[in-house]
Amino acid sequence: MIEGILIGLETALSLKNLMMVMIGCFAGTIIGMLPGLGPMTAIALMIPITYGFEPSTGLILMAGVYYGAVFGGSTSSILINAPGIPGTVATSFDGYPMAQQGKAGKALAIAAYSSFAGGTIAAIFLLIAAPSLSKVSLAFRSPDYFGLMILGLTAVSAFSAKGHFLKAMMMVVLGLMLASVGQDTLSDIPRFTFQNMNLSDGISFVLVVMATFAMSEALTIIFKANDPTRVAKQISLSQLGSIKLDKIETKKMITTIPRSSVLGFIIGVLPGAGSTIASFLAYGMERNFVSDEEKQKFGKGSVNGLAAPETANNAACSGSFVPLLTLGIPGSGTTAVMLGALLGFGIQPGPRLYQTNPEIFWSVIMSMYIGMVILLILNLPLIPYIARVLATPRTFLIPLILFFSVTGIYLMSFNNFDIYLMIGIAVFATILRLYDFPMPPLILAFVLGGLMEENLRRSLLISDGSWSFLWDRPLTMIIMFIIFTIVGWQIYKSFSQKN
Amino acid sequence: MKISPSKIISLLFFIFSGFYLYTAHQIQVFTFDENAAFNAKTFPIYLGYAGLLFSALYIILPETKPSNVNLKVLDYKKTITLVILMILYGLTILRVGYFLSTSIFLVLSYIVLGEKKWTWIFILSFPFVAIFMYLLHGLLNIYLRDPFLQYIGIMG
Repeated sequence: MIEGILIGLETALSLKNLMMVMIGCFAGTIIGMLPGLGPMTAIALMIPITYGFEPSTGLILMAGVYYGAVFGGSTSSILINAPGIPGTVATSFDGYPMAQQGKAGKALAIAAYSSFAGGTIAAIFLLIAAPSLSKVSLAFRSPDYFGLMILGLTAVSAFSAKGHFLKAMMMVVLGLMLASVGQDTLSDIPRFTFQNMNLSDGISFVLVVMATFAMSEALTIIFKANDPTRVAKQISLSQLGSIKLDKIETKKMITTIPRSSVLGFIIGVLPGAGSTIASFLAYGMERNFVSDEEKQKFGKGSVNGLAAPETANNAACSGSFVPLLTLGIPGSGTTAVMLGALLGFGIQPGPRLYQTNPEIFWSVIMSMYIGMVILLILNLPLIPYIARVLATPRTFLIPLILFFSVTGIYLMSFNNFDIYLMIGIAVFATILRLYDFPMPPLILAFVLGGLMEENLRRSLLISDGSWSFLWDRPLTMIIMFIIFTIVGWQIYKSFSQKN
Repeated sequence: MKISPSKIISLLFFIFSGFYLYTAHQIQVFTFDENAAFNAKTFPIYLGYAGLLFSALYIILPETKPSNVNLKVLDYKKTITLVILMILYGLTILRVGYFLSTSIFLVLSYIVLGEKKWTWIFILSFPFVAIFMYLLHGLLNIYLRDPFLQYIGIMG
């Protein structure tokens, strides 16, 4: 292993590769900040550029873009409540309220430190435990994945909806319904397309996230502009606040980061789970760990509430490389794009990658450390400048958010059907948000819809149509037990509140 | 008796779930797949039932935390105008082209929201869109259809 680390360091520390990490981190941050353009788009844009490079250089560039885009996504979540990727949706729960309180600089600093710590800790885990962790992920079968996804959705509904559990569950079902539009993945049978060609490929994730977050947020700001109970969204430059953290905030982060890193990494290792589930679960887990006083601050600008998902989503990014590098299975949509790029280089990732291309395996791992350091050095001094986005008057900011949203969708499909669909969903989302129907459960359900169906299909086919797969395996049974505990707790809580 | 808006939304969701369930049953699957343990309509059917269940529960059970929204303070005029502007933007983006439709959309939106700094209105519309287009079209090589710019000979 030490020999491998040295090979990796030698490759990653070459001037060319160092430049690539820097360019990747910078480009990723900028692209990730733009609502609608997440790491997947950023990496996809890099693929044609990397074909001229050596495989290790190309991969290092893409890894840099990946981390940069995840951090950039957090920035737009915190500043304008417009998560570019699902992995940063949970960041907006507490990051955006912090920005509204005039602590945008602090929120961005917490995000930067947490991302750095989460990514670095997870990279160490990856280095030490990659081979054995791949065995753990192999132990998960379809029923476990199905259970894990229900657990993620239930946990999000329970923790993010603050007393509106049934409303959140309705949003989960709506998200899954939206995900079911389009051709069935196995049989190609069209479902809910109503003979409209534009719907045959399904509804794009970017469209739904732009409509329910960026666009609906912009419309809600205008809709509630005269509401005296609403906190003024306009924040002047003098209110951005310092990026320095006090002792109490640092202490809170120190307790949050290790547990969220471990959780994020483990979730990231599971193929298909990725940073979204990791960030939501970390948010839910953190809420259970903190004191009752801190619990009340969740959703209103809690340091723990911001640090936990930020740490977890970066840790999951590193974790998602485990199945990619050791099994050849992408752990997320983004690593799926990277898998495509690797195959383009003529490299087949898998257990033999250690032996056949050790410099690629180890240089990618080593470039993660370097990438994290560069990301921190690059982003921390830039925070005051990045935060200036908030100083844009609402009269300019709102049309610009709407413009970015429409452009994001237009660039993906080049038709106006998607624009109309997005406007329609945004209008509905604005009304739903007005009456406390939460959007994060809808988004998570939408992202997981396809995977959930796939795993339910496999589970039901294996058990010959019987639902006994939910309690046949101990692991599935434990997951189901946790789900029932969460649901039971919610029912108990609502009845005790009523009484 | 006053019904809360959340319950009305849940009732609408109940009707929608019923329609979804009906449509799910109408999905045509292959004959050999008809009696399979899982086919293209299995998951949507479960979703339809789940939608009916959760919305029915919300309608039947008492509300533990009713949402209080003061409808009188909401700014309907500006919001509806912005939505109409977006629809018009969607309508013109392909016919007129990206540059002109986006710039006009931005100018009108700034005005609707009450902006009066004309210099900034101009800078953050036509030149801003031109730079953005150059980044996309010129640097990232992303094709943007623009009949207007093609007509005046700026774009090939």
